[in-house]
Amino acid sequence: MSRRLPWGAMARMTGRRLLFAAPVLLVVTFGVFAVAAASPFDPVKAYAGTAGLTASQETLDQLRANLGVDQALVPRWWEWLTSAVTGDLGESGVMRRPVAEVITERLGWSLLLATTAFLLAILLGTALGVAAARRPGGLLDRCVSTVAYTLEAAPVFWLGLLAIWFFALRLDVLPAGGLTDSGSDIVTFGQVTSHLVLPAAVLGVSQSPWFYLYVRQGVADALEEDPVRGARARGLSERTVLLGHAWRSGMLPMLTLIGSRVPELITGALLIETVFSWPGIAAATVEAATSVDFPLLAALTVLATAAVLLGNLLSDLLYGLADPRVGFDG
Amino acid sequence: MADTTTLTAPKAADDGARWRSRGRSRRSTRTVRAVTSAVIVAAVALAVLIVPPVAQLDQQAVDLALKLQPPSLDHPFGTDDVGRDLLLRCVYGLRVSLLVGLVAALVATVIGTAVGAAAAAFGGWTDRIVMRLVDTFSSVPHLLLGIFIVAMFRPGVWPVIVSVALTHWLSTARIVRSEVLSLRSRPYVDAAVSGGSSRWRITVRHLLPGVLPQAGLAAVLMVPHAMWHESALSFLGLGLPSHQASLGNLVQTARGSLLAGDWWPTLFPGLFLIVPTLAIAGLAGVWRERINPRRRSELML
Repeated sequence: MSRRLPWGAMARMTGRRLLFAAPVLLVVTFGVFAVAAASPFDPVKAYAGTAGLTASQETLDQLRANLGVDQALVPRWWEWLTSAVTGDLGESGVMRRPVAEVITERLGWSLLLATTAFLLAILLGTALGVAAARRPGGLLDRCVSTVAYTLEAAPVFWLGLLAIWFFALRLDVLPAGGLTDSGSDIVTFGQVTSHLVLPAAVLGVSQSPWFYLYVRQGVADALEEDPVRGARARGLSERTVLLGHAWRSGMLPMLTLIGSRVPELITGALLIETVFSWPGIAAATVEAATSVDFPLLAALTVLATAAVLLGNLLSDLLYGLADPRVGFDG
Repeated sequence: MADTTTLTAPKAADDGARWRSRGRSRRSTRTVRAVTSAVIVAAVALAVLIVPPVAQLDQQAVDLALKLQPPSLDHPFGTDDVGRDLLLRCVYGLRVSLLVGLVAALVATVIGTAVGAAAAAFGGWTDRIVMRLVDTFSSVPHLLLGIFIVAMFRPGVWPVIVSVALTHWLSTARIVRSEVLSLRSRPYVDAAVSGGSSRWRITVRHLLPGVLPQAGLAAVLMVPHAMWHESALSFLGLGLPSHQASLGNLVQTARGSLLAGDWWPTLFPGLFLIVPTLAIAGLAGVWRERINPRRRSELML
């Protein structure tokens, strides 16, 4: 593994992808504004609440102008876009704070949860997948595959609730939710770790079946290929054959999965953060949606789209690194 | 399929475990799996169609004296926090979820097939622009898009169906497009072209029938997806109104009793989602093996 990394090609690919991401984000933001414009929901009435019933038309018009919803679709979108570029994403109605502040405060916690869960899913899926591929149709393979299919079909919020019931209520070993114990406000490392275990484990386990099935298939296919037969013929140990030959080529299909699982990871995080009252960005999305907080919802949709594009880029870079035949042309 | 069986069979002579043929051991459970899946799907269909009109039981019948009873002979799934029978509630919930899933999958398949076939049949710039749009759409996480749509158009059955359908046609469009592209180079299409058929006639008479099995498979697999999507929305409080309780609503309302230590109102609605999903996926696997025997069948969700 001492070959030099092709930095130039990787940078070119990253640049190309960023150029491609700009129109995608433009279209997505425009779509978000178009859906909002088509919706029967009136932000002025929501903002004014019951006071809006008695307020004069003049006050309502003033409010409409203040909120910037008196304009047509395209100027509103353009105004939002130009101020978003300078970092001003508007004011969140439900949090009563600037959207950018809400995001910066919560993004870290979400990243922590999602990264831990994703790493867990990859490690668990790979380890079990290689172990199962050693003996396809064996006891381990059958048991783990059955569990994997069941987990694929199980809704993640349901798993989370059952995990809370079992670990927090029945065994009373892990906290049921939140970031810190209910009494204290100070965020310490130990507290966060103990509160992270359950949500990250549930999210990771619920994501691992896809990795498991890909690795198992990839390694099992690789075990039937000529390089492996050659390695066995040379008398290499089964361990070297499995880990040195089959595993390395069997991992390739899984690398593409890393990128395509990012949307599912975000979906899972939306549900898990709600179940475990994790103070992350996904829980804020659900809050924003229930109270129709458009500025926050729009910003978070764009953020999630950017995350998905980033995940795709990461996966293609990894694939190009792992398989020199593919290169960085995408 | 028979060829591959005989091809891999000689390896059975070698009784080293590591060389055991994967194909044979898998095939032995295949019939069992297919029959079980079919039986479960039939049972679900019967339960959903027959129980509500025939059984004349009120799923909303409240009996506070019997609240939160654990599973027993009278109430196989126990009762919820106001004494309603959970088995009955689950059947009704599955009915709602299945209905939403079926309609959404149907709409999504029609949109996806139309868009995919149009993109492939026209080719050129149309194809490029449409597929770029599909890529753009699919870079927004499905549930997030669904949440956005439902939030903007208040909770209700139709916004949920629309949001599920709008987020799920993308994969069908991709499948149909690639199938049509591969069919387009077949000789019988060339024959139709030289026979003077119009583009429209070729698409409708020659290309679409060829992709229908694939599109149908995608549609069947989409039903559990749509059900899952709907229950996630309902669980977040953004789905169906609570008088039309779906499985997601049931899990949501059971959160209170779960935190008091009663597990059955949460467990059973989830199982009602998992078991039909696996059964449908099992049947779809059999179907896929029929239309595409060279690919080894795996359950795919």
